[in-house]
Amino acid sequence: MGLAKMLPELIQSLFHKPATIRFPAERVPAPEGLRGKPVCDFSLCIGCRACARDCPAMAIEMADVGEKLPKPVFHYDRCAFCGQCADSCPKKAITMTREYDLASFSRAGLTSRAREGSQRQEVADS
Amino acid sequence: MPEIEIPVGPQHPALKEPESFRFEVDGEIVKSVDIRLGYVHRGIEKACQDRTWVQAVYLIERICGICSHSHTTCFCQAVEEIAGIEVPRRARFIRSLFGEMERIHSHLLWLGLAGHEVGFDSLFMYAWHDREIILDALESISGNRVNYGMNTIGGVRRDVTEKDVDELGRALDLLEERVKYYTDVALNEATFRSRLEGVGKITREQAIDLGTVGPTARSAGVDVDLRRDDPYAAYDEIPFRVITADGGDLLAAAVVRLGEIEESLKIIRYIIENLPDGPIAVKAPRRIPAGEACSRYEAPRGEDIHYVRSGGGDKPLRVKVRAPTLANINAVAQSMRGARVADIPIIIAGIDPCFSCTDRMVRLDDVSSGRTEVLTWAQLSARCRASR
Repeated sequence: MGLAKMLPELIQSLFHKPATIRFPAERVPAPEGLRGKPVCDFSLCIGCRACARDCPAMAIEMADVGEKLPKPVFHYDRCAFCGQCADSCPKKAITMTREYDLASFSRAGLTSRAREGSQRQEVADS
Repeated sequence: MPEIEIPVGPQHPALKEPESFRFEVDGEIVKSVDIRLGYVHRGIEKACQDRTWVQAVYLIERICGICSHSHTTCFCQAVEEIAGIEVPRRARFIRSLFGEMERIHSHLLWLGLAGHEVGFDSLFMYAWHDREIILDALESISGNRVNYGMNTIGGVRRDVTEKDVDELGRALDLLEERVKYYTDVALNEATFRSRLEGVGKITREQAIDLGTVGPTARSAGVDVDLRRDDPYAAYDEIPFRVITADGGDLLAAAVVRLGEIEESLKIIRYIIENLPDGPIAVKAPRRIPAGEACSRYEAPRGEDIHYVRSGGGDKPLRVKVRAPTLANINAVAQSMRGARVADIPIIIAGIDPCFSCTDRMVRLDDVSSGRTEVLTWAQLSARCRASR
């Protein structure tokens, strides 16, 4: 038993730099396996709807892009970043990137869809 | 002196979640307490019925931010039992590994909160600072700090690599040293000790009669632990000790939880040294055959029970969750009797309550017309949107 048992450690801490960092000037490197923003390579997509069917947050809808098959539209404002879409995709077209800083001033900036007539992924400008 | 009723909550600075406590006090002394649940009910059980088995796992994970792995494991075990799925041995070990990592961060969180509630904020900040060590380890293995998303029906979703094991080993060394330090501080610091000793006391008989579970029961000398009594995941192959204390007060609760952290560190070391090779999951069918199962899991706060019924479709017919706080909340009412008003926050925090996990369904009774309403999930969410 004793009093002020943490005092030595507290005094030591006076000479340490703070544990917090100056975000956004300084950034924490994202760990390797972080489940961040899911990104789809639309050229691999076969329009099977597996991602939309399994998404627990209903963040993926299938939209007609003027091609034979519908393509997924990702709504990152609803996304729970669980990575189930990437698991469910039979063509492994969806990957979870390490991008975590997704703040945007508009909802449109949080949507990703295949552009009509193009196989490339385009993220709408915010 | 007449008895006075003091309401604490639903919104109160001493509570982290909304819940209503009405204390009858005589001067400084609490005579009795009336606990009213139902302020953070989220309708997760009902919402599960509208989701496929795959989606339900992620919803179940969000029942609790602290014991997310406990709930998913419990749910997946029930579904696997119905479907007759044999989980690979490596997956069972990984489930246990995450269960223990979760226990460490949950108990460190409790220690910090206990420090905060008695006004020992240095302990709060340092304990939470070192809790980051285990959270970082969880994040680098699973991809998320809190909702690990490790479980799926039939196994786990991510493998633990050699590199993860190395990093985890280093994190464990660091944690072991810190946990020793906190144990010394918590059990030997005179101010902290005197706020906990003899406070929130329940006897062994009361702990059994009130049906307490987990560390609350173990701190009153009841030797229960599902990991040993009804082994799941890989616990039948892992040697470990069940920590009990006999005080029944909050100091005993601290002794039990700190002892469990040390034990968890040992379990994790055993798991990473003996991690078997093999697949991490078997494919589960989209439609689970009709049947029902009840699954139990020793969450950091105590026994978690999930009941799942399937009608043979791609969605559950019924999911029922009994979170550990519901079993322990009666112990709070009991140990509150005769306590001082200043000890109210720490006694409530003593069982490590998680009210949103516990909250039950609310049936709307219109007293004037005598009409009773039970809402469907769609109606409930429409109401929520309308009121926003």
